[in-house]
Amino acid sequence: MKRIYVNEEWCLGCRLCEYNCAFANSGKRDMVTALKGKPIFPRIHIEGDDKISYAVSCRHCTDPICVKSCIAGAIYKSDGVVQIRKNKCVGCFTCVLVCPYGALSPSESGVMQKCELCLTNSVGEPACVKGCPNRAIVYEERGALNE
Amino acid sequence: MNNYVIIGNGVAAVGCIEGIRSVDKEGKITVVSEEKHHVYGRPLISYYLEGKTDLERMNYRPLGFYEEMGCEVLYGRKAIKIDNESKNVVLDDGANLPYTSVCVATGSSPFVPPVEGLETVEQKYTFMTLDDALALQKAVNSDSRVLIVGAGLIGLKCAEGIHGIVKSITVCDLADRVLSSILDSEAAAIIQRHLEENGISFMLSDTAVRFDKNTAYMKSGRVTEFDALVMAVGVRPNTSLVKDAGGEVNRGILVNDRMETSLPGVYSAGDCTEGNDITIGGRRVLALLPNAYMQGHAAGVNMAGGGEVFDKAMPMNSIGFFGLHAMTAGTYDGEMYEEKTDTSLKRLYTKDDRLIGFILIGHHERAGIYTSLIREKTPLSSLNFELLKKTATTYAFSPKIRRKKFGSVV
Repeated sequence: MKRIYVNEEWCLGCRLCEYNCAFANSGKRDMVTALKGKPIFPRIHIEGDDKISYAVSCRHCTDPICVKSCIAGAIYKSDGVVQIRKNKCVGCFTCVLVCPYGALSPSESGVMQKCELCLTNSVGEPACVKGCPNRAIVYEERGALNE
Repeated sequence: MNNYVIIGNGVAAVGCIEGIRSVDKEGKITVVSEEKHHVYGRPLISYYLEGKTDLERMNYRPLGFYEEMGCEVLYGRKAIKIDNESKNVVLDDGANLPYTSVCVATGSSPFVPPVEGLETVEQKYTFMTLDDALALQKAVNSDSRVLIVGAGLIGLKCAEGIHGIVKSITVCDLADRVLSSILDSEAAAIIQRHLEENGISFMLSDTAVRFDKNTAYMKSGRVTEFDALVMAVGVRPNTSLVKDAGGEVNRGILVNDRMETSLPGVYSAGDCTEGNDITIGGRRVLALLPNAYMQGHAAGVNMAGGGEVFDKAMPMNSIGFFGLHAMTAGTYDGEMYEEKTDTSLKRLYTKDDRLIGFILIGHHERAGIYTSLIREKTPLSSLNFELLKKTATTYAFSPKIRRKKFGSVV
């Protein structure tokens, strides 16, 4: 399936992906009202240092341990995409405890959130990919992920 | 055609059903469910009382699940015997369920110690099942003073659950600290203080030695009045079906990494089992929801003739109270790295070039990276542990491993 991949060599560490992600999932029409002066809750984050940086988001694992560990049955995989039924999540953080990529985090409301490839928001394609100024984040088919 | 019987209808049973169906789409699956409820996430009962979920959202799988999986569920029925000679499960109504393989996923039951005068207490409850939670909810109101015996995971989550609907809550425990099975005294003190700030009272190193109706006489000599009593001392694995059939049982039903018991054709999964814990290199009861699912899945695949091994079991807990989250994993041994403040704590335990355990309070961010190091037994010399112990980041891995993890071109 298509996944989000990053090229460390091209990532500038500008964090625009974090802003684009938070905006895409805010439900707001204007980026300024969505994000300005507030803590943001992106589902992708930059790791690294001032020399090397790269974006990390859900890998949509072949055998996702978050799905198996969710105490509410709120996380599920459908058509290759790991998703959360947010209204079922009780915020126990068990998924955060088990994800080897650190790809789940609490949302503003306290229930968990993760990258769902922008398939369910109004963007319809990963906003981090679309907005990356250096094309360091791509959305493509590379076969099964080595885990 | 194979005939599968699953005894129990919790998360391990769901894992088993999904495991079977990943191999065998045709075989008959019968689930024996003592509880008259569609499968729900058992740890959600405290969140239900707290109002963070409701009966509909508590369903662990969508309502059409059993139908879609081609299962028959016998609600309100109890298995009383496994006859492994004739390959039959005998039910409490006398019915016989023939099987080719059976999975015992009977979970555990609250252990209620025989305290003098307990029979005189009218409003007494345990806190294990949805029916327990519903009964407790019905019994209490804004005037209720509740005494909870047991400051473990169950007792404290119960306290949080009813906090908003009762007048007062006192928790007692013979141990000198809360959550004594997973926290050391310093970590426990942080959680206890936070609970106290939220209005929960404690009587530690103390327990009720005698009850007389609404009065508890404590070991310390104190006397406490209460309107409702919750017994949350501990749980015991439900092992009798396998034990009575001649299977090997210790504290739990002994299983190998394929979830086979010592009886041919009899598998077991979930809280009733005692399987391998990778962090101690021996068997232990690990009554944890993720383990239950993964054990159940492995059992199901193997029952259906596939080959699945679950050899990654370890103790791990994520438990929060009133917004403060504690995460623990593995064993607390070896060398310790520590960061602490009045309200947070990070302790990482390393031994023989491996991370073997941790306690994290208020340090949840990307904690799964630490858990994965324990689970995968990653040599710490292969990564930048100096960086990693301060921040859970995949950047601590070598570029080669990092690229492999993220599926990028090297």
